[in-house]
Formats: sequence, C-alpha cells, structure tokens
Amino acid sequence: MRHTLAVLVENQPGVLSHVAGLFSRRGYNIESLAVGQTEDPSVSRITLVVEGDEKVIEQVSKQLNKQVEVIKVNDITNEETVDRQLLLLKVAADTAVRQEIMQIVEIFRCRIVDIGRRSLIVEATGDEEKIEAIIKSLRPFGIQELVRTGKVAMVRGAK
Amino acid sequence: MNGAEYLVKFFENKNVDIIFGYPGGKVIFLYDVLARSSIKHILTRHEQGAVHAADGYARVTGRPGVCFATSGPGATNLVTGIANAYLDSVPLIAVTGQVGLSDIGRDSFQEADIIGITMPITKHSYMVKELEKLPAVMEEAWNVATTGRPGPVLVDIPSDIFSGSVDFSTVQKKIATRKVPLKNGLDEQLQKVVDALKNSKRPLLLAGGGIIASQAWDQLKDLKDYLQIPVVTTLMGKGAIPEKEEGVLGMVGMHGKPFANLALSSCDLLLGIGARFSDRITGKPEKFLPDTVIVHVDIDPAELCKNVRTEIPVVCDAGKFLTELLGRLKKEKVRLRLNEWHRQIAEWRQKYPLTYEKNGSLKPQSIIEEVARIVGDRAIVVTDVGQHQMFVAQYYPIGGIRNFVSSGGLGTMGFGLPAAIGAAFGRPGEIVLLFSGDGSIQMNIQELATLAQHQLPVKIFIMNNSCLGMVRQWQELFFGKRYAHTIFTSNPDFVGLAGAYGIKALRISRPEEIKGAVIQAVRTPGPVLVECAVDQEENVFPIIPPGGSPHEMLGRWQGETHVSRIG
Repeated sequence: MRHTLAVLVENQPGVLSHVAGLFSRRGYNIESLAVGQTEDPSVSRITLVVEGDEKVIEQVSKQLNKQVEVIKVNDITNEETVDRQLLLLKVAADTAVRQEIMQIVEIFRCRIVDIGRRSLIVEATGDEEKIEAIIKSLRPFGIQELVRTGKVAMVRGAK
Repeated sequence: MNGAEYLVKFFENKNVDIIFGYPGGKVIFLYDVLARSSIKHILTRHEQGAVHAADGYARVTGRPGVCFATSGPGATNLVTGIANAYLDSVPLIAVTGQVGLSDIGRDSFQEADIIGITMPITKHSYMVKELEKLPAVMEEAWNVATTGRPGPVLVDIPSDIFSGSVDFSTVQKKIATRKVPLKNGLDEQLQKVVDALKNSKRPLLLAGGGIIASQAWDQLKDLKDYLQIPVVTTLMGKGAIPEKEEGVLGMVGMHGKPFANLALSSCDLLLGIGARFSDRITGKPEKFLPDTVIVHVDIDPAELCKNVRTEIPVVCDAGKFLTELLGRLKKEKVRLRLNEWHRQIAEWRQKYPLTYEKNGSLKPQSIIEEVARIVGDRAIVVTDVGQHQMFVAQYYPIGGIRNFVSSGGLGTMGFGLPAAIGAAFGRPGEIVLLFSGDGSIQMNIQELATLAQHQLPVKIFIMNNSCLGMVRQWQELFFGKRYAHTIFTSNPDFVGLAGAYGIKALRISRPEEIKGAVIQAVRTPGPVLVECAVDQEENVFPIIPPGGSPHEMLGRWQGETHVSRIG
C-alpha cells in the first residue's frame, strides 16, 4: 500500500540527502518526494510517498524519527487531506489539432502557459488521478516533454 | 580565543583525559594547541588505529572515546572504525579537519566529503561552517553521542575555523533540547510482561549489549535471581552478567553454546533486553521461534519489530526496565515454577556440551581455557575477528564489568590490536588480553609500534593457523573444500616482527607449552606477544548453517569424530 508521510525537518543544508539516503540505505523505495519551507523559515516539510506494508512504514517512520534533524513524522495516509501535484507538459500542437487540445485543457480546468509554433505548454495542478487523466488525454497528440513534481499534501480542517 | 583553543578547552571541560589521533595539514592548529593541553594524545600509526583505540577505550570505561584526524585521507581512514562503533552502539566523537571554507567543493588538496561519506554510519555528523556555532555544535555532538542509544558522531571542522578567533564568552552555547522517545504506555507494557511471565513455563532472558551500555548488570542479576530465569547472551551481551553464575548459559547464535541454542529454540517466552536480534542470532528472521512469545525491550524504538516479530515491544532503558519489572513482580509476589525447564536445560547441558577434540595438536580452545584458568575471569579480554573470536566467546568466561571487547556488528578484522591499546589506556594497571589471528593482526599490525612506545600491559595471543580460518571453515563445510585464497603461504615471522618493534615474544606449537608461555607472558611487564601455531583444520562448532534456525546446529556431539546435525 502507498503511504503519505509528512515529515517536518530542520531547514538546513544536507537534510534532504540525509533523509533520502536513509531510504536507499535501508532498501525502501520513495515514489514521490516534495520539499519546501513551511510557515516557519527554519522548518521545511518533506512530503513522501512510500510503498510498503504497515511493517515497512512503521520502520520507515521510526528510522526517520531517529534522525537528529527530523522534528516530526506524520503518516497522513488515512487522514482527510488535500493533495496536489504540479504538471508541466509540452504537447505537439499543429493548427489542425490546436483547437481540440485547448478544449481538453478547458475541460480539465488547466492552463496553457506557452504557445509555440508547433507546440503548447500546459500547466495543471491536481491530485494524482487528475494529473494522470490529463496526461492520458493529451498523449495521442504527442507529448514532447513532461515534468511533474512530487505530491504535496495537507490535512483538512482544524489540525 | 581561536577555534582550536576552544575545542581543546571543550574536551578538557568534559574531563576527556586522552585523545587518539594522527596529525596533518588541516589539523595543525588543533595539534599546536593540544600539545600544550593536559589531555594526553596518543599517536597511533594509522587513523584506523586511532578510531579503534578510541572505541576500545569507550567500551571499557563507558565514557566516549575521542579521536582526531586530518582532512581527506585522514578522515576516510576513520570510516571503518566509525562504522564499527555505529553497529555496536559505542559513544565516540571523531573530529576531522577539513579544507578551508573557501576551498570546499573545489576538489582541493586532501579534500573529501566526509560528512557525505559517513552519513549512513554515524548517529549524526556536523560540519562547522561558522566559528560562532562551534560551541553549540560540540555540546550537541557530545549530547547525541552519549545519550539514548550511544553512537559515533563526526564533527568536520574547516581549517580556518580552527585558526579563526572570536570572543566565545558572548557566543550561544545552548543547544535545543531534542525530542525524547515517548515513554507513554510503559506501565501497560510492563503489566503485559508480568502476565506473560506468569503464563510461561519455559522463559528465557536474552541479554544484549544494551545491558552493558545501560550499566544494568546488577539489575539483571537481581531479576535472574528472583525469577530463577535462565539467561543467555548475545556476543555484545557477553559480560553483562558473570558467566560462572548459576543459570547463565552463555552465548547463543551461529556459534552459540549448543545447550544455550537448544534453550533458545525451545523457550515459550523470550525476554530480549538491549539486544537487536541480528541475523547471527535469528538465522532466517521469518523462521525465528514461530511459537514463542517475544518481548523486546530497547531504548531505540526503531529496533522494535525491525528484524523479528514482537508480541510485547517495550521502549525503555534496560536498567530502568529491569528495576521496574522486578519491583512489580515482587509487589505481585510472582513466583515461577521452572523446575522442569531447568531439568531440561541441565540435560541438554550434559548431552550437548561445548567440546572439541583433543588430538595432541595445539588447539585455540585449549589455549583460551588455559589463559582463563591462569588469569581468571576478571581480566579485560579483547578479540579480533574470526575463528579465534568465536572460540573466546565460547570458552573464556567473563566475570567483570566492561571486560569483553569485540567487534560484534561489523566484524572488523584489525579491530583487536588498536582496541586493546585503547582498553589499556582506559583502565591503567589492568592486564589486557588480546586474542587475534594471523589474518586479523596483519590488518593493523603497525599499531605494535604504538604498543611498544607506551609499554602497555597487553598480552597478545596470535592463533596462527596460516589461513583465514573462518572463511576456510565455510569453504570446507559449504564449498566442497575449495580453499580459494584463504591459505597464507607466506606469513611473517611474528616473533621476529614483534622483536623488530621492540616487543618481547615467544612461540609455542605444542599443548604442553601453553601453561609455561601464559605464565611467562603474564609475569613479564609490558607487552608480550605469544605466537601459537595452532591446528589449521580446527573449526568452530557448533555452527548454524546459513539460513538455519537455532536448533539446526552442525557439530561433533558426544565424542563423535564426524560432523553431524544435532539430535
């Protein structure tokens, strides 16, 4: 099962490599990782998506918790969360299909952020399902370049 | 005050009396100050010697070992020793020099990213990039190395931090208090342990190195005496309780005592305290004691359920746990009826003792037994890694506290000699016995020079079988006797070599020479090397074959000359 971990760490050089190194060293696989400063500039938040059973996730959390720079580890897999990824996608777009692509973009409520002579860059944010759906819809036109971030997630409500 | 002066003052204030190290260009400022300090510096002949010596010192004293090395090759030479301390949870502070701040990242002369290299093998590592942060970093490093589960910490210091000056009286020294593992639920878990003990007919206590780290030997003995529970130990737990005590069965695991392994595989409740259930104990973890209730007590929450399934996990310091458990058992007047279990163990002890064949050739086991008889169980016993290490673990009973020093987790050949030097400095006036092999001793043999210089009372017994015994044994048993690169056809003359270093030495090759040699070694002041030309074909039995369970031992039973499975 895939688990989403929200890891608060001290915002210092080397922390990310420390956390990522821990995963590779112990043979756990990171599916997605996103990191950035929080409301407190001395603290960063790493959102990790890890594949594994309960035992693996428990061990991952404990090992993370042991690290000196790690402040808190939360498994938010079963929480009600808002989660987002960002997608930038360059798709082949001759005049013949340009209109059709723009309609698809409209349906998914994403945006065209660059227009080239033969291509468009589409920007989208959304949960994983939506991002996957956009990619699937635009694939037939010819994807020239694709880049997406890891998942960021936040627990809903008062927490 | 410059950074180097501050650092030396810091260690003085922490009552560090000895530092092991090796100077170089990027720590020259530090050494300039150190030379004027009350702290004794021991110059080893290789940085690996320095870190192992600091490790040995820490193991016999319980205080953190400190070592210094210069940048680049100096720092990378520490790596094996740091990993060794990490796997055995030894408190250690390694200070490495680094190239100047403006040279970092340019592949400068003698630059290596030691933080990156050691990240997976330290409890934490620091690079000091601002002089003002040196005090706080050092306080924190000390704190991290010595609290909770102890471990090695590396502090990398660029040369201009050593030479730069600042008014340290105005500098922030306070460190942020670190999160502590949640102790909630200890009461509940203790009650579960009490109930499990009440329901148990065949309980067994497995004592690991955590008992020693926590200085919980008295509490362990008290609990054992109260419950009459039989005790086995891991390699790292050797010395957690005097081995001659009634009900102490000795080491379990791959080369554990046969009757101790049988007790392990037959217990219905295993109380593991400060032990990490390594593969040397468990074999295939998924096959490990399927019907036994496992209680696991460890100060490091990440150890619980890491290797084996655990019915009752307890996050607690070993000493505190033992005290609280005993208090609760006494309050509830819990008494166990274990006569049948003790009778069974006694039967195994009689039927499957630890034995070896005395066929007239010189055997490592008889040397170890003879040394133990003459020197006694209160000596500091240090081993290297290999067959001799397992023979010592099997045949040398340890009676005193912090008296057994051996590389458990990493199995580092070359650990023994420098660790023995560190142990001798840590406990001056006591005799240190070092058991090594012809393979192991050659991995840090240059430290004979350090030993000779300081005339330490280290008595070295080299079990010379002209081969890499443990690998040779595996090749014999599991690789069709194909001895690929394990036989040394040109060993040095160890007696001559010791002489070249200025160390007294003698050689024995027959069983009847053992006693005289041991007495001579012990009576001669200072270091003595005894080269023992032992039987090349001698193997460590029992052995649990790879992937096997504790009861699946190979060995020679009851006078059999051939090797067979138990039973």
